[in-house]
Amino acid sequence: MTVLDTAKGSWPERGDAFTLEQTWSDPPGLLGWFSAVNHKTIAVRFMVTTFIFFLLGGLLALAIRLQLALPNGKVLGPDLYNQVFTMHGSTMMFLFAVPVMQAVATYLVPLMIGARSVAFPRMNAFAWWIFTMGGAMLYLAFFLDIGPDAGWFAYVPLAGPDYSPGKRVDFWAQMITFTELSGLMEAIVLITTILKMRAPGMTLNRMPLFVWTILVTNVMVLFAMPAVMLASTALITDRLVDTQFYNPAKGGDALLWQHLFWFFGHPEVYMIFIPPLGFMSSIIATFSRRPVVGYAAMVLALIGTAFLAFGLWVHHMFATNLPELGKAFFTAASLMIAIPTSVQIFCWISTLWTGRIDFKTPLLFVLAFFVILLLGGLTGLMLASVPLDYQLHDTYFVVAHLHYVLLGGAVFPLFGAFYYWFPKFTGRLLGERLGRWNFWLFFIGFNLAFFPMHVLGLQGMPRRVYTYPAEMDWADLNLLATAGALTIGLSVLLFVVNVVRSLRHGAAAGDNPWGAGTLEWSVSSPPPMANFERVPVVHGRFPLWQDAAQPAHVTGLASGYREVLITSVADAKLDHRLWLPGSTPWPFLAAVATTILFVGSIFTPWAVVWGAVPVAIATTAWFWPKREMTGRRVDSELLP
Amino acid sequence: MSAPPGGQEARDPHRFGRLVEDGRVLDVSTLPTFAFGHRSPMWWGTMGLVLIEGTVFALAIMAYFYLRSHAERWPMSGMPPALFWGTVNTGVMLASAVPNHFAKRAAERLDLAKVRLWLVVCMLFSFAFLAVRALEFGALNTRWDTDAYGSAVWMLMGLHTTHLVTDAFDSGVLTVLMFTGPLEGKRYVDVSENAAYWYFVVLSWLPIYAVIYWGARF
Repeated sequence: MTVLDTAKGSWPERGDAFTLEQTWSDPPGLLGWFSAVNHKTIAVRFMVTTFIFFLLGGLLALAIRLQLALPNGKVLGPDLYNQVFTMHGSTMMFLFAVPVMQAVATYLVPLMIGARSVAFPRMNAFAWWIFTMGGAMLYLAFFLDIGPDAGWFAYVPLAGPDYSPGKRVDFWAQMITFTELSGLMEAIVLITTILKMRAPGMTLNRMPLFVWTILVTNVMVLFAMPAVMLASTALITDRLVDTQFYNPAKGGDALLWQHLFWFFGHPEVYMIFIPPLGFMSSIIATFSRRPVVGYAAMVLALIGTAFLAFGLWVHHMFATNLPELGKAFFTAASLMIAIPTSVQIFCWISTLWTGRIDFKTPLLFVLAFFVILLLGGLTGLMLASVPLDYQLHDTYFVVAHLHYVLLGGAVFPLFGAFYYWFPKFTGRLLGERLGRWNFWLFFIGFNLAFFPMHVLGLQGMPRRVYTYPAEMDWADLNLLATAGALTIGLSVLLFVVNVVRSLRHGAAAGDNPWGAGTLEWSVSSPPPMANFERVPVVHGRFPLWQDAAQPAHVTGLASGYREVLITSVADAKLDHRLWLPGSTPWPFLAAVATTILFVGSIFTPWAVVWGAVPVAIATTAWFWPKREMTGRRVDSELLP
Repeated sequence: MSAPPGGQEARDPHRFGRLVEDGRVLDVSTLPTFAFGHRSPMWWGTMGLVLIEGTVFALAIMAYFYLRSHAERWPMSGMPPALFWGTVNTGVMLASAVPNHFAKRAAERLDLAKVRLWLVVCMLFSFAFLAVRALEFGALNTRWDTDAYGSAVWMLMGLHTTHLVTDAFDSGVLTVLMFTGPLEGKRYVDVSENAAYWYFVVLSWLPIYAVIYWGARF
């Protein structure tokens, strides 16, 4: 190891853009494809994967709507219908809504905070692989007619060994293991990246609001996802090795499942909903041409929302025999969530009010949020009151409510975010004309599809029935809902056409097509492999909107190997330089080994034992350093 | 701002970098290439893991008491676990904190000989507590499929034993690496963080021990 003053000079190529690009590129070829760890490469794959699941979940939704379009429908039989609605819900929640937010974040966060990478690039790659394999397993099971059929929250005793024999629910429970493992790893990657890798000068107080939403969301992930992993592990052991957690005959308790599931499931809604608040803040600031009003209030509202989100789970269980006093508490907590949400909405309205508005497609999707989420929020306040919930529980009113919240709160802003950041991802703008068609068809189709469900619910139509007789008088509204669903399908098809066309023929975007103020718009589109040729020094919340200040950027990071700058947690003061590991296929191989273990354990508990051997080998090989690389590093090492 | 406004000669370039080109550029080549504790991303990654797994343990304990609150007898049938081996193992695990402490300290002083010594001692301890753990399973006085009590006990034991096994394996790999190389400064950070995780595995046992062995008695 060398001492301080010999550090300069061991790597003559410092600061050279070409070398930097080579250093941060993943290797070419097929093996290179399996070895990729660059955060942008992985994030694009992750986004595409989640979007494919979104399309599959959407097709399943269309199948449901076609079945329900008319009374006594014959499109799907009852057994297939059960699988279809379970797959639709599970896909949208576990394979799309939560992971897509993390996928977008792993692309954008390093670019927004002035970093060259995420903190643990190999773990990031592993998280995508394991997610993809888990999703593929679920769909393979579905195509083999062993798709889960007990609903996306798999209530026991229906999901238990007595009422769901066979392997269907086991595949569901293992899908949870795959996706939550991936989600938890991404949470560690994102939190560490945000806290330790911000460019010098980007204090927490200067962090873009989007990055705040990702930090808050992923802290929630750490505490919420373990609950569903524990719950589904107990479910699968009940089913496979005769544990008795949920079996009342042997002292178990069915409500234990509901508590554990919703302790995860309610915060999950906010894991889906909070990152889009960050999309909103980014898009509103850019298209109003001013910073969002009330930065501190916005951040505190996010933290407040996350905190309250853990005190709401019992409102999913009002129809059970819990103490009435407890229910009153959860009603109060559920009503309280309106406070931080309103703070944010009023801050955005003030921003729009006082800004110079530029009506582009991303902003349209954002404005739809105000309408749709507001309606979803208001029906949420209705459902939070216990007597009304008794009446409406398990009816289409709840289906309408949750779609208003999730599509209005997450999917509309997400589409806005695609329109907004697509030029950064690809270098080309999405077509504005198709964008408007996409938006209006989606907006109208959405309300056509889901507004009638409020009424159907009030009229008593229960969820999850595969058909209904003509005498119920539900036919007209159901037909309307189906027409709306087909309109949404058409609008999503237009989006896909827009993406495919724009990839080849879209207008060139340049670095900053919208005139935005945050750091991701300071680099070329798509960004270079190392993100920043020169790591910036940050002097304010919107570096591109303010006068240049000194020092402007950092020098002295190596370009001949993957070196990043580590800064302090609160103030982003310089701390140390760190070498990140290179590209390698081991995360892929470790994911294959883990998949064998997880899938094997559906069929024999011994898979946990023999399946651990390849996992141990793969993870050890992943960790084991290369002698040649280590030798190069030791030459330029500086002690702390 | 991390760069000093002026008089940068007075500030240690090893900590603050240095301004070059008339203050336009901040040179970080003088910064160290690794660091210990919360300065290191590895510490944050480890703490994230600790929070996740701590939450799993806490929820499993809550499930235990939730089931207990609905039961007329606890244990529902049969006897509480025999105290001997579990208590012995608690002692062994607590004692392992001593070599663990010295391994961590040696790593932070970059003292390779002592790191090797104390890691080997730690490995001997992990063989010991894994062996005693096998005996503990034999003394639980319940099976996982007897009733919900048995399931909750085996779940807690299973979760913690998984941590003992994986931590022993991780530490084993690291111990071998510290003997064979290739070595660099970052590996001492790994030893330090591995020791921090070891503390978590040991300390998280204390509430689990209290629940399994004493929750069935009071």
